[in-house]
Amino acid sequence: MATAEARPIDERVRRVGLGSRLLGRPEVGAIIGAALVWIVFAVWAGDRGFTSVAGTATILNVAAQVGIVASAVALLMIAGEFDLSVGSVVGAAGMVVAIGVGEFGLPVWLTVLMAIGLGLAIGFINGYIVIRTRLPSFIVTLGMLLILRGLTIGITRAITARTQVGGLAPAIDADPIAGIFTARFGNFPVAILWWIGLALVATYVLLRTPFGNWIYGAGGSAVAARNLGVPVARVKIMLFMATAASAALLAVIQVLSVGSGDVLRGQDKEFEAIITAVIGGTLLTGGYGSAIGAIFGALTLGMTRQGLFFAGVPGDWYLAILGVLLLLAVIINNYIRQRATRTRS
Amino acid sequence: MADTDSGPYIEGRNLTKYFGGVIALYDVSLSVRRGEVLCLLGDNGAGKSTLIKILSGVHPPDHGSLLIDGEEVRMSSPRDALRRGIATVYQDLAMIPLMSISRNFFLGSEPTRGFGPLRSLDVAEADRVTHEALGRMGIDLRDTAQPVGTLSGGERQSVAIARAIHFGAKVVILDEPTSALGVKEAGVVLRFIAQARDDGIGVILITHNVNHAFPVGDRFTILDRGRLRGSFAKDEITPGELLEHMAGGSELEQLRHELEQPMEQPGA
Repeated sequence: MATAEARPIDERVRRVGLGSRLLGRPEVGAIIGAALVWIVFAVWAGDRGFTSVAGTATILNVAAQVGIVASAVALLMIAGEFDLSVGSVVGAAGMVVAIGVGEFGLPVWLTVLMAIGLGLAIGFINGYIVIRTRLPSFIVTLGMLLILRGLTIGITRAITARTQVGGLAPAIDADPIAGIFTARFGNFPVAILWWIGLALVATYVLLRTPFGNWIYGAGGSAVAARNLGVPVARVKIMLFMATAASAALLAVIQVLSVGSGDVLRGQDKEFEAIITAVIGGTLLTGGYGSAIGAIFGALTLGMTRQGLFFAGVPGDWYLAILGVLLLLAVIINNYIRQRATRTRS
Repeated sequence: MADTDSGPYIEGRNLTKYFGGVIALYDVSLSVRRGEVLCLLGDNGAGKSTLIKILSGVHPPDHGSLLIDGEEVRMSSPRDALRRGIATVYQDLAMIPLMSISRNFFLGSEPTRGFGPLRSLDVAEADRVTHEALGRMGIDLRDTAQPVGTLSGGERQSVAIARAIHFGAKVVILDEPTSALGVKEAGVVLRFIAQARDDGIGVILITHNVNHAFPVGDRFTILDRGRLRGSFAKDEITPGELLEHMAGGSELEQLRHELEQPMEQPGA
């Protein structure tokens, strides 16, 4: 039997060009888009503080508020599922901390663990229902959005007769671990580090672990992945848990930073997180996307919101511009996907 | 290297399968040696799918027995069949278009580096092995990081077959690998099947296209309405006869008459 080297080149051998690899990466559009948005606002509002250190800090902080959730959401979407209950988890987990500390006098660190535990539990329930019923995660987590928000408001009012719990600052200041959620470095809150750190971890998992390969497989074709032995159900449930846990982390950071909890916290966060992931190059239909892209998606959101503020444009315009960005991102993503699946000949 | 002299690698004896009141397969026997291509022919509803599902471990047979390498076995799942060297490549569920070739190649069996929680995907190794495994089978891809979606249909099927062989398949079952492909692309897959055969792999090729089956097949088994209609070695039969057996002889003759009558013009 001839070896590979000895076998003559015949018509079976087909050379396929290297192609434009760079344009094939899902996050390229997001990086270019973020750069363009920065340039626009730097020209428009640069002299009014957009490019200052303090301005940059507020942009990064706003970006972190969605970015902390967005990388887990991006992985979940790559695996082919949605989580609309993210915002309600932020509200519920925040009240666990606020009521635990403010009403029951529990140590802050314990309520933090309880909040994260609640997130993991809700994520598990979301994932389990989606896997067992085979219903679209869109509808399952929409149900969870309503259930959780309703329970949070109802239970909070039953315990405290209010919908806000404040006055947590003394307990937070005295707590040994609260600092890892509330520290500031000059103008820059530690939330920015959490955001970037989580995105880097998510990127590593996605690109450099077998689990990451399974995420792509689960979203690209669950049947094909299952045929090859990928534990698709486990992958999806774990990602639902990671998503809800990251929402709980955001809640902890918010409540400990401002010293109060509100049952309505996190509203619309689920949509912001999905928008961030999509602007970052993640496909709505699963199987393709990037956690690095979600960093730039979050930056784009932060720069747009703060840029309009610095430019003196009323905040009312923010949603309209966000909508335009989202549509542009979806159109560009669609084009990229068609490029990726087109036969090169 | 191709040990065609040894006995069959997989053998089904008197296989019968019922689905409720339907006799999907009745008393069908077949066998494949390594280095041999068995073509399984039959019209829709002939029982081809049921038979390959029995051979690939999806369904157990209601009667009859399965032998692998001469030993009687009961296969509990496709994973089990895979472990015993029987791999099935389905037409449209073989590859994930948006994933790179090497990520597809290793999906579910990823190579890793390091230990414990720091165990990471060995991307370089995956690329190298994929490139090598495909190169050995005559597909030269410079860039295994490109999405599978950029490959042609024939190349996709070939990569899926190469993957099955790389992960230890002794017999590959190919479910209609050429049915969705044009003439040229079908040729890519058929050459690839011949290559696998020469490397000592047993192939069960399911198709209803005699023109695809005849050049590459060593033996032909024809199913009709769940029963074995005939089993022929290549030198016992012509493509025309094969087609007639497949379409149910007289029915095809009837059809030919019906079709020919209106076409009186020369050259029809």
